[in-house]
Amino acid sequence: MSPLPAVEELKALIEAGVTGAAVAVVPNSSPSGQHSLLLDREHARAVAEFLRDHAELRLDYCSLVTGVDWLDRETTEKIKVKKVVEGPDGSQQETEVEETRKTKTPGYLEAVYHLFSMEKKHGPVILRLRTANRADDGHVPSLTPVWRSAEFQEREAFDLYGIVFDGHPDLRRILMWDGFVDYPMRKDYVPPADDALAGVHA
Amino acid sequence: MLGEGIIQGLLETARNFFGSYVEKDRLVTVQYPEQRHPLPEASRNFPFLLYDGSEPEAGLRCVACQICEKECPPRCIHIEKSKDKKPDFVGKQQFYPAVFNIDVSVCMSCQICVEVCPFDAIRMDKVFELSTSNRFGGLLWTKRELAKSNEYYQKIHPTEAAECDDRREKELAEAQAKAAAAATAKAAQAAAATAGAGTSAASANGASGNGAGAKPAEVPAKTTVTP
Amino acid sequence: MSVDEMVTLEAGPGEIMEVSMGPHHPSTHGVFRMDVRLEGERVVRLKPVFGYLHRNHEKIAEHGAYLSAIPYTDRLDYLCSMTNNWGYVLAVEKLAGIPVPERAEYIRVIVAELTRFQNHAGLVGFLLQDMGASGTPLMYAFREREKILDLFESLSGARMMCNYMRFGGVRVDCSAEWLEEVRQLIGRLPRFVDEFEALLRANEILMARTQGVGVLPRELAINAGVTGPMLRASGVNYDIRKVDKYGVYDRFEFQVPLGDHGDVYDRYMMRILEMRESVKILEQALRDISDGPIMDPKTRLRGLRPKAGEAYGRIESPKGELGFFLVSDGTMNPYRYRVRPPSMINLTILEDMCLGQNVADVVITLGSVDIVLGEVDR
Repeated sequence: MSPLPAVEELKALIEAGVTGAAVAVVPNSSPSGQHSLLLDREHARAVAEFLRDHAELRLDYCSLVTGVDWLDRETTEKIKVKKVVEGPDGSQQETEVEETRKTKTPGYLEAVYHLFSMEKKHGPVILRLRTANRADDGHVPSLTPVWRSAEFQEREAFDLYGIVFDGHPDLRRILMWDGFVDYPMRKDYVPPADDALAGVHA
Repeated sequence: MLGEGIIQGLLETARNFFGSYVEKDRLVTVQYPEQRHPLPEASRNFPFLLYDGSEPEAGLRCVACQICEKECPPRCIHIEKSKDKKPDFVGKQQFYPAVFNIDVSVCMSCQICVEVCPFDAIRMDKVFELSTSNRFGGLLWTKRELAKSNEYYQKIHPTEAAECDDRREKELAEAQAKAAAAATAKAAQAAAATAGAGTSAASANGASGNGAGAKPAEVPAKTTVTP
Repeated sequence: MSVDEMVTLEAGPGEIMEVSMGPHHPSTHGVFRMDVRLEGERVVRLKPVFGYLHRNHEKIAEHGAYLSAIPYTDRLDYLCSMTNNWGYVLAVEKLAGIPVPERAEYIRVIVAELTRFQNHAGLVGFLLQDMGASGTPLMYAFREREKILDLFESLSGARMMCNYMRFGGVRVDCSAEWLEEVRQLIGRLPRFVDEFEALLRANEILMARTQGVGVLPRELAINAGVTGPMLRASGVNYDIRKVDKYGVYDRFEFQVPLGDHGDVYDRYMMRILEMRESVKILEQALRDISDGPIMDPKTRLRGLRPKAGEAYGRIESPKGELGFFLVSDGTMNPYRYRVRPPSMINLTILEDMCLGQNVADVVITLGSVDIVLGEVDR
């Protein structure tokens, strides 16, 4: 097993090898220590090809493709704000008031790729692609043209998460039936009641 | 030679055919149901509730802590806690299950309820011929169907039951020693104070026994367990 | 449909006929369907269709605690519950940084190799059944498989749904008698493999049916993420037991059998040879196993809360690379739980292997992939 460069070095390698590619390291604090690389959507395909064909890396085997759903988050923080308050005697007073501020972070869908090398017998290198949001722009580029093994798994991520893989040769539902409308693996999916399902297959 | 491989293969089938008359290793089937393979001791199928003594209701070990209900992967256990309490085997006041249902048609025999039970109250049975003509009620087991005696447990899982009994005996001995120590301490205290106030320990036993027997195990219309 | 109507459906020369093979067909090993387009007997297009057994295993696991996913993993590839357990607990151990005692690692190797043996025996029996060797080889294979299942039952309590491994070890210890039984059994297993090989290896019909059929080229196999015996039949030396050396696999001497042609015959032989290697590993594991604890004492099974993060754990299951990808958000339930199902991904290249072949060869090509629909559909 030849050693694999650390994620920071990989990032530098990719940025040197693929012009314009923006790569960010996503750290993983768990004991597994499997950090990942976040790719931009425009250059993902080129980066994937670079990783596959690089003589030292030879990541010829894409083991796992999956979707992860990250919901819209709302973080609340308490901040002190100076406010002018009317005192009981009618005078204007400046006091410090605690205010909660809510920040909305839009959620996104994420496609995660685990790459290994059968030739060099190393891995994993983890790539992440993120959609712009969860609602109307769920597009990421398909890596199936680079690794055939992503074909069914990207279809599955499309089926269960609604991630649209641009450039996929045959993007159809795979586990759910064709007429199904929702994406069951999303975190906010509400399963239909049992009696509502009765007519679906008809 | 063409056909040699086929002849070789036929020799192999002949060896197996005639071998099955003499070699036990080659004849493995039995004439079920007249003949049966003995089940190994570890074998498990569906859960049952253990009780001590001869009264299924009174001796039930379950204290309705609902851990198994929460941990059950297919959520096939439904428990309703009692309002009152009864003493357990060491004499401590505990709740008991007013309703304890297991939907055996949902149960997947994983044994997680047994693993998580801290009171040795639920164990796995070995029976497997359980077909019933009643599709809905027939496989919904209530407390009455689930309760099995400790003797039965000792019979089907002897090693495991012996370990369990040992552990419980130890616990009981510890509890008794503690109680005895407390009693002597109290007696000493009482002797020191000369005025012996009546112990109130006896009153706790009065509330037990009823409750479990008062409510016949009813089959509720719906058994799905709220998460 | 009457017989007359069926006759009119027959395609004339140069015409295309569409056949839906499955989902209820014994040769599809479960509820698997192939939309096949035929020109005469030749396959011109083949699209696998599955999902008939889909129950959203991943969602179920995300709703439950880490512990309660283990019995569900049994039901993925229901022939190999022990290795499924192992894949999952390995991922959890990576996620939460749980050590495993040595004895538990040895027991895991023993049960995993027994699983591999019984899976391959069963698969080879089914594959021969698909080729028309009705019954006999399958019965011989199942006779041996039965003995292994009996061992599983006396160890874990169940024959197929073992639910045996736990993060940080295994659930119950095996007794010295049990190990002795395994020892005796694996003493007899090589004879079974010999006989099984003699039964059909040189059989002219089998060779005519399998050699050069369903060829999977090496480069395609790698690119399509094919793993397990199928990949090695195409000549790629990639066995996760050797590459990752998970558990205590670095302590055993065994070989990785490789094929040259990547056809159905190679895949068939790969299974036979791997059974022999499994016996070798079992012998070494039984020789080296020592006494000790079987569970990591610090691990909480109930209410495990790994720190936020993610982990991918993979093992060499009898079907290929079985991986589990877990994302934790610090709560009791996995935030994301994903199975990498080897038999589903091995199906990616089914069409490539079947194009230009006869319909009857589709059946054996599918048989040689070794799928279990519980895992394909999840």
